[in-house]
This record gives sequence, structure tokens and C-alpha cells, in this order.
Amino acid sequence: MMIKLNLNGKPVTADVAEDSLLIDFLRDHGCYSVKRGCETSNCGLCTVFLDGKPVLSCSLLTVRTDGKSVQTLEGLQEEAAEFGAFIARQGAEQCGFCNPGMIMNAIAMFRENPDPTDEEIMEYLAGNLCRCSGYEGQLRGIRAFLDYKKSKGETSVCNM
Amino acid sequence: MQYVNQPVMKKDAMALVTGQPVFMDDLAPADCLIVKLLRSPHANAMIEEIRTDAAMRIPGIEAIYTWKDVPQQRFTLAGQTYPEPSPYDRLILDRHVRFVGDPVAIVAGTTEKAVDRALKIIKVKYQVLEPVLDFHTAKDNPVLVHPEESWKSLCPVGADNKRNLCAADFSEEGDLDSVLSDCDLVVEGTYHTKANQQAMMETFRTCCYLDTYGRLNILSSTQIIFHVRRIVSNALGIPKSKIRVSKPRIGGGFGAKQTAVCEIYPAFVTWMTKKPSKIIFSREESQIASSPRHEMEVKVRIGAMNDGKIRAIDVYTLSNTGAYGEHGPTTVGLSGHKSISLYRNLEAYRFAYDVVYTNEMSAGAYRGYGATQGLFAVETTVNKLAARLHMDPVKLREQNMVREGDEMPSYYHETATSCALDRCLSRAKEMIGWDEKFPCRDMGNGKVRSVGVAMSMQGSGISGVDVGSATIKLNDDGIYTLMIGAADMGTGCDTTLAQVAAECLDCSLDDITVFSADTDLSPYDSGSYASSTAYITGGAVVKACEKLREKITQKGAELLGYSASDAEFDGKEVFCNATGASVSLTDIAIRSMAGNHEALQVTEANSSPTSPPPFMVGMVEIELDKETGSIDILDYVGVVDCGTPLNPNLARVQTEGGIAQGIGMALYEDIQYTPKGQLMNNSFMQYKIPSRMDVGRIRVELESSYEQSGPFGAKSIGEVVINTPSPALVHAVANATGLWIDELPITAEKIAMGLLEHEN
Ligand code: FES
Ligand code: FES
Repeated sequence: MMIKLNLNGKPVTADVAEDSLLIDFLRDHGCYSVKRGCETSNCGLCTVFLDGKPVLSCSLLTVRTDGKSVQTLEGLQEEAAEFGAFIARQGAEQCGFCNPGMIMNAIAMFRENPDPTDEEIMEYLAGNLCRCSGYEGQLRGIRAFLDYKKSKGETSVCNM
Repeated sequence: MQYVNQPVMKKDAMALVTGQPVFMDDLAPADCLIVKLLRSPHANAMIEEIRTDAAMRIPGIEAIYTWKDVPQQRFTLAGQTYPEPSPYDRLILDRHVRFVGDPVAIVAGTTEKAVDRALKIIKVKYQVLEPVLDFHTAKDNPVLVHPEESWKSLCPVGADNKRNLCAADFSEEGDLDSVLSDCDLVVEGTYHTKANQQAMMETFRTCCYLDTYGRLNILSSTQIIFHVRRIVSNALGIPKSKIRVSKPRIGGGFGAKQTAVCEIYPAFVTWMTKKPSKIIFSREESQIASSPRHEMEVKVRIGAMNDGKIRAIDVYTLSNTGAYGEHGPTTVGLSGHKSISLYRNLEAYRFAYDVVYTNEMSAGAYRGYGATQGLFAVETTVNKLAARLHMDPVKLREQNMVREGDEMPSYYHETATSCALDRCLSRAKEMIGWDEKFPCRDMGNGKVRSVGVAMSMQGSGISGVDVGSATIKLNDDGIYTLMIGAADMGTGCDTTLAQVAAECLDCSLDDITVFSADTDLSPYDSGSYASSTAYITGGAVVKACEKLREKITQKGAELLGYSASDAEFDGKEVFCNATGASVSLTDIAIRSMAGNHEALQVTEANSSPTSPPPFMVGMVEIELDKETGSIDILDYVGVVDCGTPLNPNLARVQTEGGIAQGIGMALYEDIQYTPKGQLMNNSFMQYKIPSRMDVGRIRVELESSYEQSGPFGAKSIGEVVINTPSPALVHAVANATGLWIDELPITAEKIAMGLLEHEN
């Protein structure tokens, strides 16, 4: 089936199989940041934005993106680097395999709630599993990033 | 120090956080054949007939291999130094399948869809055999997991395939029975731990292709490039000269990738078809057919006096290696050596074990490597002893724990040359507020808050066996390349080893480029396991850099017209103290590339006769709901002595991560089989690794000792950190309820049922 979507700011027209999963489509289109960690929608590694909202690309048929806009970390390099540096300063990026999904979801959180409490952060990111870091370092990184943003007087953290 | 012991950012950090394509499947050639495995639905069966003709006719199917197509020499998939203690009990494909999930056929095709279809229509007729599913009955069971004559054990580990034994041994000192009978009390316990999965986020995966010279190139997510080269050579029956193994970034390992779980399949496909191929395990395959922790039953007896003096410890471990023996003979040893040795001045100890084959998934190496299971058992028994003595378990430990300078008879008679365990214990106690909180407080709403404690030790490499090497060379502009064979799997060793090099060479960290790891280019390294990299490979880096400094000084002096003894190198230039003449490192580097006879490159190897243990204390505070049995972790404190932390940030995050993984093992991660031997916990739906809502708050501090034999005083950190949660949490539950949970995981159900039984 022919679909048209906007992928990371560029129009894409593609002929996709009806059972094609978005994660596979994206990786086939060079978006290698999108990772698969499970087959049961449990890990959050495959998180991407569909019309600006985080979704699990492993659980979404590609045809559902027809006429919509999809963003992966490849399309959010500036935000990823700015926020990611705070994770890296904690050494919390570790193996890095879960990072793209977590960072996508964190960016989504910053947009929805620029001033979250620790509890809100943990709840928002509960679906992003990480086997390396024990999560504390990620939390420290997020806190440090939010503090930095506050000190610069920026409230809306990531403008689209 | 400028770089060592500094919290510098990992060299690959920005690539990782911005999602660059640096993992195996991001780098695999686009035209790879897709390789998948047809797996046995039976726990024990002989393949009577296998029909692949219909499957072969599916468009896109390139090859299907069965047991008839593969070499008949047995080998092991364990990544260990040759001769491996693990028995040679595998074939690439075997007519005899030994667990649910054992490979039956390899299918390779151009698309995943074609391969999936082929898997469905291959017809296999099995002669189903009686399986051995209870590891208690495996030894001397009439059903043999490995009846074949070609089974072979290379090392004297007490293995006997005609008895379902993968290993057995016994060691003791002192007269255990008489010391125990002379004790005021003897506390006993039997503990059961499950075959937990490492569950690294990146599943097992490998791609293969032939290079210009027709050599088999293997790009794999592995911790053990050099061992993989030997394993593939053994499996395929081809010379090692035909094989090159390299690794990209690895999405977590935790020991899982110290076994060549998936490499042999695409290697065989590419070798046969000459076409590139790749295999990517699904999460389900990673759960049911991989290399988890050895399930163990550990029996402990501890003899003590009424004043708290511990006099003797007896440990017997029964370990389940499953269908194949990877790491079976070696993991078990740590269950005794790294638990008994926490206690000093014992008059006697005994440690015996059996490692048995069963028709379940084979086990492997998982962070902690047997010490985790043994420490759960011994530390819980020590906590029971304290309860029986009505003594504070922290005081009991203060009285008995190993101290710096102690000889440790049960740890190969090595001396605790560096040990801050005492400081770790007192700091942890302060952090959690032990004296106010022990043992428990009733919150008055059906909830109880309580605390628990445990200690832990591990090693730093395998004494006298592990080898780490480093090559360091000077390039144009005075920059260096550090080449290593150790595997950074997220641990950050590319960075920490560069920190060591920058410290030794008085240069900036940016001036060190790290290359790892490739069997064609890296100097030999056993691999990153057994907590060896910081200590063993770190030592090699120090040696290599010191030698290179000498060579640079020599070259500089030569250029200045002095002898090396009159010259010095400060990292930027070689100068003569007496005259003030100098030549810059850049000039030396440039001059080394014209008319030069002496390479400004050094390779050094390192090994250690000892394995200095890192130590740790973990304390936890929980809130337990007596109605439902559910537990919330309120606070977990971990205080670690890893010697000098090469990078305090990374040491801290390793510790937090290890504690979280240990909490998973203690509370959530269960392994259950159906009566027919099928593993039920085959996805993240059924195998619950902790999310950030499940681990409470983790607080970590480092209490460093200084290990003379380590690079800048460093010991290891990677494994010691996973061992405390199970015993500490069991202890906290006991302090809240009086119930001792001896089988992991500690589920709400076990607590609620236990409390009910108590009442009746
Ligand atoms: S891959 Fe695990 S949730 Fe999508
Ligand atoms: S960093 Fe490895 S899984 Fe999160």
C-alpha cells in the first residue's frame, strides 16, 4: 500500500506491506537510533514521535502513519545532544542501547511538563527499561538538565 | 591525579545519547542473509527424520542445514582460556536435542518473511525421550543428558557424562565435624536461586561476511573476541587463520556474551554460502535458549559460640548447568570461595559441590558468577545466626569479617592486601540509620518498616590465568593510539583505560584514541569478564605506557645528541636538565616517521598471581504490607571498596546498576518450567525486570582502599555490586515478619502465605 508521511521533516512516499511494523520501516529508512528490545511492548526502546506524541514503533503498523509526521532521534539531534550531555556527565548512558528511546520519551515529558517532580519523572519514564544504569544516574541527569534550563530562565524546554 | 579517579565523560557518550549507528545491526551489510533457528519443542528427543524439501522451495530461501550437514567434533561455547574447564559437549546441530529450544535446523534466506515461512513447514519426526527436569535427581539418573561417546572433558574438574556430572569437587581445612560439635550453636539453611537472565537490552546478535582474502569476518556483540575465534574454529573445523572477530558497541553483556551463544550459526551459513549473513535473537530466544545464571541449591552450616565468634562454615552447592556445560565447572567454585572467605579466623571450613546436567536451558556466566548464589546463602545464614544469638547482625559481622592483611584460606590462601570492608560497613550503617531502624518499626496501619544487611566480595580477574594486553603508539602531532582487546560493553573501559594511559603519558585524554577490539589488530586479551579489565588490562596499559615513555625519552635524547640518562620527558617535550635543550613531542613524532629504526610503539601483556577482592556492604530499608505481603523498597545504600575508582562516576553507576539488577533477582525475576520442560518466563511480560518504579531509591558511596598490585591502586567493580540485594532483602523481610524466605524471588505471595501459615 502506498503511504505518504513526513519523516524527520522530509516528505517520504513509500509502498509498504500491510503488516509492516513502523520500527522496521524506520530502520529500513536509515533511522538506526530506533532499537528493539522486546516483542511484547514492554521495553520502550523503540519510542518515536507520531505527530509529536511518543508511541512504541514496535506496536504500530506503518500504514497508520499515512498522512502523519514521524520523528526519531535522527530528527532531534540538537535536543538529543543538549539533554544527552547531562546524562553523559553522570556516566548514566552506559551501554547506550536504551538511550534513544528514553531520550525521546524524556523530550516528550519536558514538552508536556517542563517542571516535573522526581515522582512525575519516574512515572512518565516507567515504560523505558534500562538494564545497566539502575535509573538513578538518569534521574540525576534529568534533574541537572532541568536545573540548568531553569537557571537560564527557559521554561518550555524543547521547542518543536 | 589528573585523569585517574576523575569523573570524566565516556569517550563514546555523545554518540550513544544521540543514537548514532554504532551497534551490530546498525553496521551489518544491507544484503545479509537472515539466519534463524528451528528449535526443539521437546526437552529430550532424538530426531528421527527431518524434511526440508518443501521449505527449500520457498522463494528467497538460500540454505537449510540439519545435523547431517555439520562437523561432528564436539566443542564448548564457553568463553574461557584454553583448555576450557567447560566440557566439549556441543555440536552446531545435534541429532539428540536436549532442551526445549535446542536448535534443530538453521535456515537462511533473503527475507525474514521467507525464513519464517520455511521454519513453519520443515517437518521433523522426533523420538521423544524421558527428560531429567529436577536437578536434585540428575546425578546418577538412569536418563543421561549426554550419553554420547564423543563427549569430552579437557580439564580434571570431576566431570562424568555417564553420571550426568559436569563437575564435582571438595575442599576443606581443619576438622569441620569436631569444630561444629564443639560450637555453642550450629545454624543451618538450604537456599534455592533461579536461572536468572542477564536480560541485556540488546539481544544476542552477530553478522558474518567474507573479506578480500576469503576469510570469515565475524562482527559480533561479544565480550570475548579471541575466544570466539577459537570457538568458531572448533565448531566449523576451519583454521583460526581464516577467522577474524571484532566487536562494535555492545548493548549490555553482564556475562551473557561471555558465551558464544549465537556466533556459530551465521558463521556456518556464511562459510558454506560465501554470502554475508546475520542472526538476531528475538527476546524470546534470548530468554529460552541462551546463557543465564546457574540455578543453585546451596546448603550452609555455620558454627558459632554464644559470644558471636564464628568458628566454622560448611557449604555444599548443587548447581544446574542445564543441557550443556558452559561455565558449569567454574561458576560453582565462587559460591564457596567468595562467601566463606568473608569471615576471618575460621578454625575449619568445608566446601563441596556437584554440577549436574539436566534437560533445561544450559546456563552460562552472569555477573557475580556463582558468588551471587553463595553469598545469598551464607549471608542469610549469618543473619539467622545473629537472630538466634539475639545479636545485632552488624555487630556480629564487625566481630568476624575479614580485615586488611588477613590471609584467606578459603580464597586460595591469598591475602586481603587491600580491604576497607570495615569502613564500608560503618558508613552504610550511618547512611541508612541502622541503629534507629533495626530491626523494624510497626507503622500502625498494617505496614512494617524494617532493615536488612549483607556483605559481598568478588575477585579482580582469574589469578594466574587472565591475560590483558595493551598496545600504545605515538602518531603524528604527538597523539597516541591505545589498542586493546578488552570489550567495553557499556562499562566504559575504553574510557577508563584511556584515563590510565593519559595519566601515565602526561597528556590530555583527547590525545588518546582507543581502538577495541579486533582479533586481527588488538593485542591478546582473555576478554572482559571475571571483573578483570580495570585490574588486569589496566595493569597492561600502565606497563605499555611506561615503556613508551622510555622509548620517547630515548628518541628525544638521540635527536638532542644526549644519552637517555641525561634526558627527561614531561609529556610535552624531552629535555636535558643540565643544558635546557629540548625537543617537542610533536617533533619527535614527526622525526619518527623519517629515517627511523625504532618503532615508537609498545605492546605489553599483564597477568596477576592474585585476584584482589573488591568488597561491598548493602543495606536496605523496606516497607512491608502484612495484608498483601507486598514490599516497597524505601532506601538502598551500597558502599563499595573497589580500590581506587578509575572513574568515580562510572563506578557509581555500575554500582547502582548492579544493585538494581540484584533487586530484580531478589524480588521479581522468576524462572518457571512446565512439567514438560518448557520455560514459561519467555518475555518481558512474564520475566519482570525492574522498571524505575520498582527499585526504590539507591544511594551509593565509595570507600576506597589502595591495592598496591593494581593500576593506581584499582581493583574491580563490575560484579561485586550485584550480590547484596538478595540476602539484604530476605533479611529485611525476616526482620519485618519473622519469615525467612529461602527460595528466590521473594514474592508477595510467599510472604502472604507464610504469614497466614504463621497465624494458623
Ligand atoms: S521494542 Fe520493546 S516496546 Fe517496542
Ligand atoms: S544503558 Fe544499557 S540498557 Fe540502559
